[in-house]
Amino acid sequence: MHRIDCPWCGVRDESEFQYQGDATVSRPKFKASEEAFFRYAYVRENPRGWHTEWWHHVGGCRQWVKVVRNTLTHEIHVTGTPADKLAHPRKVKSP
Amino acid sequence: MHYSALSLLWQGLKGHKGWGRMWRDPEPKSEYDIIIIGGGGHGLATAYYLAKEHGLKNIAVVEKGYIGGGNVGRNTTIIRSNYMLSPNTHFYEKSMQLWEGLEREFNFNAMVSQRGIINLYHSDAQRDAFARRGNAMRLAGIDAELLSPEELKERVPILDFDNARFPIEGGLCQPRGGTVRHDAVPWGYARGADSRGVDIIQNCEVTNIRIEGGRAVGIDTNRGFIGARKIGMAVAGHTSHIAAMAGIELPVESHVLQAFVSEGIKPLLDTVVTFGAGHFYVSQSDKGGLVFGGDLDGYNSYAQRGNLPMMGHVMAGGMAIMPSIGRIRMLRQWGGIMDMSFDGSPFICKTGIDGLYLNGGWCYGGFKATPASGWCFAHTIARDEPHALNAGFTIDRFKQGRMIDEKGVGPNPWIQ
Repeated sequence: MHRIDCPWCGVRDESEFQYQGDATVSRPKFKASEEAFFRYAYVRENPRGWHTEWWHHVGGCRQWVKVVRNTLTHEIHVTGTPADKLAHPRKVKSP
Repeated sequence: MHYSALSLLWQGLKGHKGWGRMWRDPEPKSEYDIIIIGGGGHGLATAYYLAKEHGLKNIAVVEKGYIGGGNVGRNTTIIRSNYMLSPNTHFYEKSMQLWEGLEREFNFNAMVSQRGIINLYHSDAQRDAFARRGNAMRLAGIDAELLSPEELKERVPILDFDNARFPIEGGLCQPRGGTVRHDAVPWGYARGADSRGVDIIQNCEVTNIRIEGGRAVGIDTNRGFIGARKIGMAVAGHTSHIAAMAGIELPVESHVLQAFVSEGIKPLLDTVVTFGAGHFYVSQSDKGGLVFGGDLDGYNSYAQRGNLPMMGHVMAGGMAIMPSIGRIRMLRQWGGIMDMSFDGSPFICKTGIDGLYLNGGWCYGGFKATPASGWCFAHTIARDEPHALNAGFTIDRFKQGRMIDEKGVGPNPWIQ
């Protein structure tokens, strides 16, 4: 069970949240190239290890929480608000 | 050795001491014509058909772990071809036809059991959608039957037909769907490929794909460099990881999907039932356990294990349509890593790099596709062009707006 520290509500169970994907992609400007929109919609790094992602606290305050989580271990390193710049921990050895 | 009733009898008389290895354990050669990365069902099937259908020699399959240790041994063993969109319909039907002749072809008992698969519907709108899919299947020459509640009651009496939230109004049945003994599939393909000269190299992890002048020339592994004229990637959940070694970025996210087996019970269910509205599907194995699962956990993961919320959700789904299973104990639970593409459909295609081919994006539906996936991937590698059956399964389809979005949910892999 993931336990996610919502910046507004405190630590809550995963079941209160709805996952919303990779938080490192951002919508290109209106006049950006087709390639930029293609990458925004479809291309993901899909890392083995630390991943910055969105969890929507849909069963709580309904805010979007930014989470740095490890996709190999499910460990959560840090959470923050959407405006926060969250760093990954220093690289850990991947199996 | 040819497996038959006679060989079983003969070995029985000799105390079963004469069964040889099913495949060799060779040291990797310094170079092959074709290397397949990934010794799962798809990779082994590809090597098998490369040797058998295209007469090619000098092929290797490299596998990080052991044969049968990946998703081919971690699925819920269902086969079906009940898709609606044309590229999927024909591709999965090819797979079904290959399943139907597979055991005789590779002389191995995979226990292919065409016990039927029934998708339940609960409203007029869902019935119409299912009827449409069934009609699309029939137009493509595939069997499909819309079952009335009365027919369904006769077929699957243990369903709760008085469910107030999801009243069961009928089901779409594909009688030729069913289950297969999943472990036997890689074993059979490995044995068949090995007997045709394919080297199956286990405990060989690929660490890099070497590219020179826009052409793939070999792989670096924990057992040294192995040269190749052509390289096929068939690594399921780790598709992004391997493709990144060649600088290829993909519309793929890896997600965990759980599956469950109950303790063995007497015969209860002689078909496969899916309760899509409640995220639950179930069949009963030949050992008697109920084999069931639901949806993805819903977050990126390479962990091969899921979490409690989805486990509870799947059990609740099961209880909703089959309350009689409530006191059966759960025996095993596990998770597998799905390479979720952004439209729910796979890739069997060339890449932008000469001599490098991609097989991936299988989402949670890779097992039933195994024979056709290998057959089409072998064709694509041998001829350096796709077969008509996999021509739509390209990476470029996302740029071209030709997505094959069977579910129609858009670019959100975790809800595909």
